[in-house]
Amino acid sequence: MTQSEWPLWEVFIRSKQGLDHKHVGSLHAADAAMAMQNARDVYTRRLEGVSIWVVESRHIHASNPNDAAAFFDPAADKVYRHPTFFEVPDSIKHM
Amino acid sequence: METLELTQEEQFQARIDADERIEPKDWMPEAYRKTLIRQISQHAHSELVGMLPEGNWITRAPSLKRKAILLAKVQDEAGHGLYLYSAAETLGASRDQMLADLHSGKAKYSSIFNYPTLSWADIGCVGWLVDGAAILNQVPLCRTSYGPYARAMVRVCKEESFHQRQGFEIMQTLCEGAPEQKAMAQEAFNRWWWPTLMMFGPKDAESPNTERSMQWRIKRFTNDELRQKFVDMMVPQAEFLGLTVPDKDLHWNEDKKAYDFGEVDWDEFWQVVKGNGLCNHDRLQARVQAHEDGAWVREAALAHAKKRAEKAIS
Repeated sequence: MTQSEWPLWEVFIRSKQGLDHKHVGSLHAADAAMAMQNARDVYTRRLEGVSIWVVESRHIHASNPNDAAAFFDPAADKVYRHPTFFEVPDSIKHM
Repeated sequence: METLELTQEEQFQARIDADERIEPKDWMPEAYRKTLIRQISQHAHSELVGMLPEGNWITRAPSLKRKAILLAKVQDEAGHGLYLYSAAETLGASRDQMLADLHSGKAKYSSIFNYPTLSWADIGCVGWLVDGAAILNQVPLCRTSYGPYARAMVRVCKEESFHQRQGFEIMQTLCEGAPEQKAMAQEAFNRWWWPTLMMFGPKDAESPNTERSMQWRIKRFTNDELRQKFVDMMVPQAEFLGLTVPDKDLHWNEDKKAYDFGEVDWDEFWQVVKGNGLCNHDRLQARVQAHEDGAWVREAALAHAKKRAEKAIS
């Protein structure tokens, strides 16, 4: 191969107003404008979206799955963050 | 108390057995990664090469409606190829390398596309039979153990049923038309039936990768199971169309509540896999030429992007 590939981009789509953008996949494009057009053609041929974000993949930083246990550990022993931790007397309404 | 130290591979298998999905950065056995790259890239190549036999009929579709529909279908196939290449890239495969392997003949694609599309009824058969077989293969892949592959397959399957229905409609129109049209439909059906049964791959006894792929939950049904399902599904549809299945051994087996059917010509199957099918040479040549003819576009787009980026800095 004599020349390098077009950079890789990650595509995020808002399926309708009021919902958040969700990752749908990736594609190759020479620049952001082309990534946007390609994303439209590849990922929204059936009106799957009203808004698209494209981000060059090299800009995404991901947590390490090998560290997941330790990384997410601080939340594991704080059950009191959940409302079900607290007992409410039966006679109390609207809580 | 004795603690059991599980190896990485055993931990991995335990996650698979618990029906957990594996994601790109998770640890995985090298053989799992390789198997997936091979399977997903072959699948992507099939989508790409699959555009060729149908593209053959875009300019000759019998009406504007049929032409617009076929164009949309072929565009979907390109899209499916792209979903799948991007899933394979999450495993560390490079797009350029995958394409180079396709073009050099090192990588395979589905043999079904090495058969020619001789009449308009062939386009009906490709949608109805070939995409029908593809759907049976693909629906279980929506639950395959590798996350990005499963997610790509969900999108593919959503789009695929349009493909099958448009094919069936072409066949139905021909079968309800003039005797010449009906004969054209039967003639195409005769040619596509057996190659479609071959799409499910060799018999289980001769499919060495099946067992491991089932253990890793990449595959969820064996080749023979899917082939049987396909026959049971398609025979009533052929009967509805008034078409005769070109298999003298086909008959309903009341005991197993399924059809018995004749033996696939495995010699033909292996010949086509080895590159000796009717269109192997043409398909690969067309693909390589399209890639080479597009080289200047890819280079120009990169040069343009670079120039724009430099201007933005200065």
